[in-house]
Amino acid sequence: MAKVKKGVRLEHISKIYQDPKTGKEFYAVKDTSLTIEPGSFVTLLGPSGCGKTTTLRMIAGFESPDEGEIYLGDEPINELTPNKRDTAMVFQSYALLPHYNVFDNVAYGLKLRKVPKDEIKERVMKILDLVELTGMEGRMTNQLSGGQQQRVALARALVIEPSVLLFDEPLSNLDAKLRVTMRTEIRRIQQEVGITAIYVTHDQSEAMALSDNIIIMSKGVVAQMGTPQEIYYHPVNEFVADFIGEANFLKGPMTGRDGKFVTLNIEGNPLRLEGRDDMEKGKEYTVVLRPEAATLADAGGLPCKVVLSCFMGSYQNYHVKVGDTLVKLEEHNPKNKHIYQVGDACCLVFDPASVHVL
Amino acid sequence: MARGQGAALDRKKLMADPIMVTTIVVLITFLTLFILYPLAILLVDSFVGDGSFGFSIFKRIFAMKSFTRAITNTLKVGFVVGILSALIGLLFAYVEVYVRMNKFVGGLFKVVSMLPVVSPPFVLSLSMIMLFGRAGIITRFLLHIYDNNVYGYWGIVIVQTLTFFPVCYMMLKGLLKNIDPSLEEAARDMGAGRWKVFADVTLPLMLPGLGNAFLVTFIESIADFANPMLIGGSYDTLATTIYLQITGAYDKAGAAAMAVVLLCITLAMFAVQKYYLEAKTAATLTGKASRGRMLIEDRSVKIPLTIFCGLAAAFVILMYICVPIGALFPTWGRHFFPLTTKWFTQVFTRYKGLKAFKDSFVLSFISAPITALLSMIISYLVVKRKFKAKGFIEAVSMLAMAVPGTVLGVGYIRGFSGGVFHTGFLQGIYGTGLILVIVFVVRSLPTGTRSGISALRQIDKSIEESAYDMGADSFKVFMTVTLPLIKDSFLSGLVTAFVRSITAISAIILLVTPSYLLITVQINEFAEKGSYSLACAFATILIIITYSAVLLMNLFIKHFGTSKSMKED
Repeated sequence: MAKVKKGVRLEHISKIYQDPKTGKEFYAVKDTSLTIEPGSFVTLLGPSGCGKTTTLRMIAGFESPDEGEIYLGDEPINELTPNKRDTAMVFQSYALLPHYNVFDNVAYGLKLRKVPKDEIKERVMKILDLVELTGMEGRMTNQLSGGQQQRVALARALVIEPSVLLFDEPLSNLDAKLRVTMRTEIRRIQQEVGITAIYVTHDQSEAMALSDNIIIMSKGVVAQMGTPQEIYYHPVNEFVADFIGEANFLKGPMTGRDGKFVTLNIEGNPLRLEGRDDMEKGKEYTVVLRPEAATLADAGGLPCKVVLSCFMGSYQNYHVKVGDTLVKLEEHNPKNKHIYQVGDACCLVFDPASVHVL
Repeated sequence: MARGQGAALDRKKLMADPIMVTTIVVLITFLTLFILYPLAILLVDSFVGDGSFGFSIFKRIFAMKSFTRAITNTLKVGFVVGILSALIGLLFAYVEVYVRMNKFVGGLFKVVSMLPVVSPPFVLSLSMIMLFGRAGIITRFLLHIYDNNVYGYWGIVIVQTLTFFPVCYMMLKGLLKNIDPSLEEAARDMGAGRWKVFADVTLPLMLPGLGNAFLVTFIESIADFANPMLIGGSYDTLATTIYLQITGAYDKAGAAAMAVVLLCITLAMFAVQKYYLEAKTAATLTGKASRGRMLIEDRSVKIPLTIFCGLAAAFVILMYICVPIGALFPTWGRHFFPLTTKWFTQVFTRYKGLKAFKDSFVLSFISAPITALLSMIISYLVVKRKFKAKGFIEAVSMLAMAVPGTVLGVGYIRGFSGGVFHTGFLQGIYGTGLILVIVFVVRSLPTGTRSGISALRQIDKSIEESAYDMGADSFKVFMTVTLPLIKDSFLSGLVTAFVRSITAISAIILLVTPSYLLITVQINEFAEKGSYSLACAFATILIIITYSAVLLMNLFIKHFGTSKSMKED
């Protein structure tokens, strides 16, 4: 694509809504600042009602921010209507025009831009080839499967060569298998075209698979922004840790420091692990332990008691109790390992480097 | 919290769309000038009509015995007609939805629901007089009763009930279909008999809907002008009293005050219907039937119900058929044979029939597309857009639904005969075809808007957003996406507007000048004079016109309308 890639910048954006029942106003998005680099794939991830879709719709222009300014590249776009913004959106419901066939749906944006007929045909065919829909151009949209409709929606957004592509939970109407195929497709096409993409989803695996950067939102504010690895291994708080993957939280006061390492008292047992510089003795800390990062052994580590032991195929699922704290574990490749049964007393073992202190 | 910036940005975005802004301004002007203003001037006139501000005019009209009697008459008729129509409508709807009917009776039902739509409002009064009047075929020739009096209270009640119950029937049918059969099956399963199920489950669920049907009919009955005019005899209702006050007594200020009284009654009913009952109906019957209903096959239920409804339907159809046949008899009430076309010939040779049909047709033909387009634009704005004046537009176009034609007619006389606020401004349109077209538009606008709104609500908001996002402005979105998607609703709105206009009489009869001959006014005149054969001939041709328009529309929708599968998408 010949166009210069553009990023998106949000500066102190807020959006206030009114609860239709109580009439009370609340922040759907509150004082949010973001920078999305040109050409990157960024996901807005969060539970429903966290403000992610509102943020996306403000970037598209369907909603107007109550505070702050949105920039596309270096241009402020607050006052532009959606049809004047250089963005294209892929909708959750696909939103294909039901009275047009595939070709006309994809050509719609080009026709509005008064592109010559020959060029329209050429560009539409090229894009349909990219999304692997060649030969379908004469079909009506209701004759297509969900996945195909999604490809048409994507082609329609791509063909007008926008600076930014916006996705509003585009895969949530597809079945699980197709979702996985389509997300690889979306990533392939985005990298091939090199376009900036902002993707809204509540599905963490989708976010992991697609993104250069993930922005986790909660209650209208950004909880954390970072690469999938950063977010998974170094969540900033319990919300993020719990939202991305499974997480166990072990809590206890810090009892001592030894260079880089600190010791916490977890349910009466000392736990030595890599700490941060700002940690203080006597203060309560929370440790995040991923289920796949620990294993059970007869000795060493934290003493615990098995309360659930369940074979899941690729792993053995354990719930164990360390004192009063419940910890969930996934023992992968269990075939040749000793299987602990409910009621067994054993020890929770893990590498101090694989846990993270909040 | 300050929502100022968001609102300001929304406003700026709206202003960046000149076509949209112009449309809104034109709409608001139109609604204000032709719906709000004529009603406002009635209020003004009835308080200051005789020079000083006060209740003197109201005191004067309430002192008139004929007026107070008209109020009680109107309410009495409306109440009884409302109850009868709702009950008969419920019976028909229940039989159609719950009982396995044979095809023939089912066909009769369809015809019954269709007839009031295509026929002018007073056809039933006409046939009532011709069948049961002094020279009526049934009363005089079959039963040899020579002094049967159909004019008056019972005449109006019977005719209005027969005219309005199909509306209730269609409304209640829709609601009954929405009752989930599992609810009733659960009650049956727990041991309730069929009657108990109806009384304990179906009826309570339907109560708000029944109330709604009752009030809608009540309002229609109160606003009805044509039937009381023809068959009321000396039994005057508000609509006819107002008409006579203007055309007979030339008391325009008095008529204005009476119109205000009539308007207040209908507005109050409308408010209850719209904001209380409609919401309640929606609340109790939101569910969609999860699957088909086991139809009642029990002969002890099926046969009596089918026979009763079949006979009733046949009777209604007979009433309508009586009109074309009446036009073929040489002399109504004396000679029945040989059938003749002389009345039809006379319509065209002696009574300027061609001009009447041309005038009616042309005026309706002009107003129909305007109405259809306006109502689609209003529904689009109301359903899909956010802007400040939206509430105003929605409220005023709904208000028009509650305004009886007679009230609007008086409002236009007071409002435009001397120009806007009696200043001479826009006086030029009074007495022209233009004002008739405007009245046609205003009278049909609410129905069109209502159907447009319900059609648009079914379209996913993001379809239009996607077009907007692709770079289309509001005008383009409306023309390339919205309108094609509600093509069916638009077409039926077009035909409904045409049919309503060409069969309208209540407001028009007050405004029409001798330079325009309108069919409905002609029919009314001939019927008043007792020339029933001529009135029937006029009415027959009118019914043929409207029926062909509806047939044409159905054909058109079948071939060019939105396909079913597309809508399911």
